[in-house]
Amino acid sequence: MAGTAVRGRLNWHVATVASVTDETDTVRTITLDLPDWPGHQAGQHLDVRLTAEDGYAAERSYSIAAAAGEPVAITVERLDDGEVSPYLTRELRPGDQMEVRGPIGNWFTWAPGDGGPLLLIAGGSGVVPLRAILRQRQRSGSTVPARLLYSSRSLEDVIYRHELDQYRGTADVRYTLTRRQPPGWDGFSGRVDDAMLARIAWPARQRPLTFVCGPTRFVEAVAGLLVARHYPETQVKTERFGGA
Amino acid sequence: MALDGNAIGGLFIEIFGADMTSAQATCAACGAVRPLADTLVYLRGPGTVVRCRQCTNVLMVICRIRELNCVDLSGIKTLHATVPQA
Amino acid sequence: MTSPVSRGFHRLSRQGDAQAGKLPPGQHATADFPVLSAGPTPHTPLQEWTFSIRRAGATLRTWTWPEFMDMPAETVTVDIHCVTRWSKLGTVWQGVPVAALLNQVAHDAPYVVAFSDGGYTTNLPARDVTGGKAWVAFGYNGEPLPPEHGGPARLLVPHLYFWKSAKWVRGLDLLDHDQPGFWENYGYHNYGDPWREQRYAGD
Repeated sequence: MAGTAVRGRLNWHVATVASVTDETDTVRTITLDLPDWPGHQAGQHLDVRLTAEDGYAAERSYSIAAAAGEPVAITVERLDDGEVSPYLTRELRPGDQMEVRGPIGNWFTWAPGDGGPLLLIAGGSGVVPLRAILRQRQRSGSTVPARLLYSSRSLEDVIYRHELDQYRGTADVRYTLTRRQPPGWDGFSGRVDDAMLARIAWPARQRPLTFVCGPTRFVEAVAGLLVARHYPETQVKTERFGGA
Repeated sequence: MALDGNAIGGLFIEIFGADMTSAQATCAACGAVRPLADTLVYLRGPGTVVRCRQCTNVLMVICRIRELNCVDLSGIKTLHATVPQA
Repeated sequence: MTSPVSRGFHRLSRQGDAQAGKLPPGQHATADFPVLSAGPTPHTPLQEWTFSIRRAGATLRTWTWPEFMDMPAETVTVDIHCVTRWSKLGTVWQGVPVAALLNQVAHDAPYVVAFSDGGYTTNLPARDVTGGKAWVAFGYNGEPLPPEHGGPARLLVPHLYFWKSAKWVRGLDLLDHDQPGFWENYGYHNYGDPWREQRYAGD
């Protein structure tokens, strides 16, 4: 059984697009039909391979947007000068096929047994694995205290907004909008800074499990702020996203 | 800018046959012990270069040369990885 | 197992493919200028920067930045070819011919190894960095070379794959015997002629 599991992860499996959902103007969630999927944990990612008719192939990694036990889904942000993301967010339709390898990553994961309190800090599309964690927490009925700080350009760019708003009864969900705020906005504005963390980050003595995900620059800045707040480096897990 | 070891999780599985992002690597240059997830990773060049986040020395270089992954691990003194569960 | 085709997916179409006659085998033209690195961007302050020619552990000649800027420089327009398969046509650089620097030292070394901030090295035959084939470039498109592209100065050797054009170059070691550099050690071709598609050792 163990040998099979490892071999399964080494191989590319054919995935069929089951459905696509536009989350924002530039972001789409793709749910995949993967018959031999071994299951995944919140926070993990998968590799996607697309092959063109002329044999040209491109590979990319995407965080899994779904909780353990849910159908595999990825959420892709369109980068205008990208090669793969415009295809996935505009062209791809149910019934299309791609190859998938995974799940990948046993570091940047959270399962209810890992405890908390949880501090999740997302920059842009870095919210995807953190949403999987919140979904996992919800599905399992975990009462671990959780706080999400999600930095986005504007309210229209907030991915999963309605779902995240619904977690507000059982988790502390806050947005900071860096480029523009709607009239009457009473949430945070601007980049994540120490003053914002002072209001949302758990005191270090509570030994939170922290997950920071987003573009490299964002992650470096936030991780630095957390270390300055005496968060031990070993309890701040980071995942950096790049372009393409 | 650099990514981190999470970005090459799939490549680690190709090479090591197991998920290695949690594996603790001791840097041969400075002695820092950190998970492979927490390394500096430079992608998209002729090869993938993995560096110690503490001292920036090279931990690993992985080149795809035709059908081979050529791997230099000499920058890692030791690697501790949890045995995969059955 | 053959990979299924992802309907409607294709390689990003790029400008300049129409000039395919000017491209070495296996390359495609790109309009942008990808940034590829093996490590963090160094930031040596110009007042500390030097370019040195060394042999057998001894420094034969060193230029400070002002001394280097005093050397005769040229503006050249060249095509560059990266082993990762992108080519950029008609790039414009300002630089000091390597020959002008090497002429300042007496030498008959057949090989050089370029060395850079951050530890990168690459090896070349000495005749491939002279005769109008190589520059130490400090300007790109009329502007100072940006750090992410190798500034303040990089080697520019456009007739070979671009990994030979060492970013953040700080000098040349003159050698009697060829010594593989960073990528060459891992299996990339020792010479790297894009027109003969010499990507890997044995090509």
